[in-house]
Amino acid sequence: MEEKEYTGVLVFAEQKKGDIHKVAYELLGKGKTLADKLNCSLMAVVLGHPDINVKELVYRGADKVYHIEDEMIFSVPDEVVYAENLVELIKDIKPEICLFGATTFGRSLAPRVAAVLETGLTADCTDLSIDDDMKLIQIRPAFSENILAHIKSDNYPQMATVRYKEFDEADRDETNTGEIIKINALKSGNSLVEVIEEISNENINIADADVVVSAGVGIKSTEDLKMIQELALLLGGEVGASRALVETGILSKSHQVGYSGNRVKPKIYIACGISGAPQHLAGMKESGIIIAINNDPSAPIFKVADYSIVGDIYKIIPELIETIKNEELRVKNY
Amino acid sequence: MTIIVLIKQVPDMEKVKFDREKGRIDRSSAGTEINPFDLNALEAALVIAEKTGAKVAAVSMGPPQAEESLREAIARGADEGILLSDAKFGGSDVKATSSLLSAAIRKIGSYDLIIAGIQTVDGDTGQVGPEVAGILNIPHISNVESIRDFTEESIEVVSNVWEGQYLKRGKYPLLMTVTKDVNVPRLPNFKNKMKARKAEITKWDCSDLKEIIDESRLGVKGSPTKVKKIEVPAQSQREGKIFKDSSSEAVLEMLDVFKKSRVLNKEV
Repeated sequence: MEEKEYTGVLVFAEQKKGDIHKVAYELLGKGKTLADKLNCSLMAVVLGHPDINVKELVYRGADKVYHIEDEMIFSVPDEVVYAENLVELIKDIKPEICLFGATTFGRSLAPRVAAVLETGLTADCTDLSIDDDMKLIQIRPAFSENILAHIKSDNYPQMATVRYKEFDEADRDETNTGEIIKINALKSGNSLVEVIEEISNENINIADADVVVSAGVGIKSTEDLKMIQELALLLGGEVGASRALVETGILSKSHQVGYSGNRVKPKIYIACGISGAPQHLAGMKESGIIIAINNDPSAPIFKVADYSIVGDIYKIIPELIETIKNEELRVKNY
Repeated sequence: MTIIVLIKQVPDMEKVKFDREKGRIDRSSAGTEINPFDLNALEAALVIAEKTGAKVAAVSMGPPQAEESLREAIARGADEGILLSDAKFGGSDVKATSSLLSAAIRKIGSYDLIIAGIQTVDGDTGQVGPEVAGILNIPHISNVESIRDFTEESIEVVSNVWEGQYLKRGKYPLLMTVTKDVNVPRLPNFKNKMKARKAEITKWDCSDLKEIIDESRLGVKGSPTKVKKIEVPAQSQREGKIFKDSSSEAVLEMLDVFKKSRVLNKEV
């Protein structure tokens, strides 16, 4: 076995336009538990503009924050550029554990980094712990979510991507102190791939919503969709969709919930006219409370629902909207 | 122009059984198929090949019976199939799999574009594509949802990454991973089925690749990650309260749920 050449837990803090992705705070929360057990330091790395407020990562528990700075090169998702800079840092600081959020970008970037470092990488972990031999146990679903595998790595750094919303965010404490280390970015660039533009900036993040009201092909038109949108608005939530509905073009792909769309875990998930294909269930079955409305009593969605309402969405949803509005009036006038 | 498509034979997930007590996966009753996302990768390659005259080679690592997947790829339009099969490849993790695929790609020699599905439905990691690109030291574009334009030198695609959709243009050599949205895979046609039946599938084992990669980097030996335990979790138990023919009762109870969860929007 190798000597303790590798030490510390490093969290990749993904940013876009200067905003740090919340999964980084979750990783710092979990990372702290791991670092305490290993009696080592908790570190974070941000690649981005010099103006990013990286102190936030100290408030969230990082003992050291590496800020690899550049005004331009980290403003587009270029895996080659990011990987080159991360590899350089990791070779230098030699962390024993290296965690990435399993975001679309994290899942695309981490394998490139692991390839160059010639180390193992475990995808989409839902839990992490330290074993008796002080190695990282990485728990992840596989076989289309049917099993959970417990995985360990033989070499260092032990790398994993971790799903968003699996852990609580680290508490924020402005009295925390930590070191911020600024590093100039390597700029060899990527001569082969050019990011031309961001073509959709639809600001929907259904993965972050507390309530998701999803529609299936029971919804026939944009007009019909209005009641779904109204219900979502009343509940402070976002509108989701089944794959089938997205294929009709009524809603865009960014609304899609499922195995090949967004995985969501809101407090409340309301499935309206969704039958519940396995690929849809894989994206929402971890939700807090699941409410399903469908006129087919044998719809598979009812098997995962806390509340199964057998009936016509065109009758029940307007009734629900009406009831919520009356309730709010009642509270207001009270 | 040469396009390499990475293909994996996977069990039909609808028929795989999971034994909760023994923590085992039983594939015996499940048939096999080409990983569904890989069919999109193959289709993307065929579309490009039709316009550019590119040669499409399907490459797969797997047991000897994975030859069937490569024949199917030819039946759908691929020009050739290469099977990487050896008992020594068993137990490969992401790193060992990516190392083997990269070695095979190097043995093929000249290539322009490598296309892979975004993930497999069994291993489910989505890491092998980008990792192969990392090992070959070529750029990659992941989660490609649509192909806007292509030539024999470059390709313009929409990549769903970083919580947005990005239009990217890549010059070859390049690897890309594709989602289900990129196209609708064609079915095998009669002429290609005949071709597939007669096709010679190239088979490479450890010794065929020894000049490119050392055995110690393959299979279990080359796999730093090890599965220590498999759990088959219980399907989540839900209260499952059913409302039939009484929408008003259901609606009132839902209101109660919303109140308790504090999600009623106070702003309205």
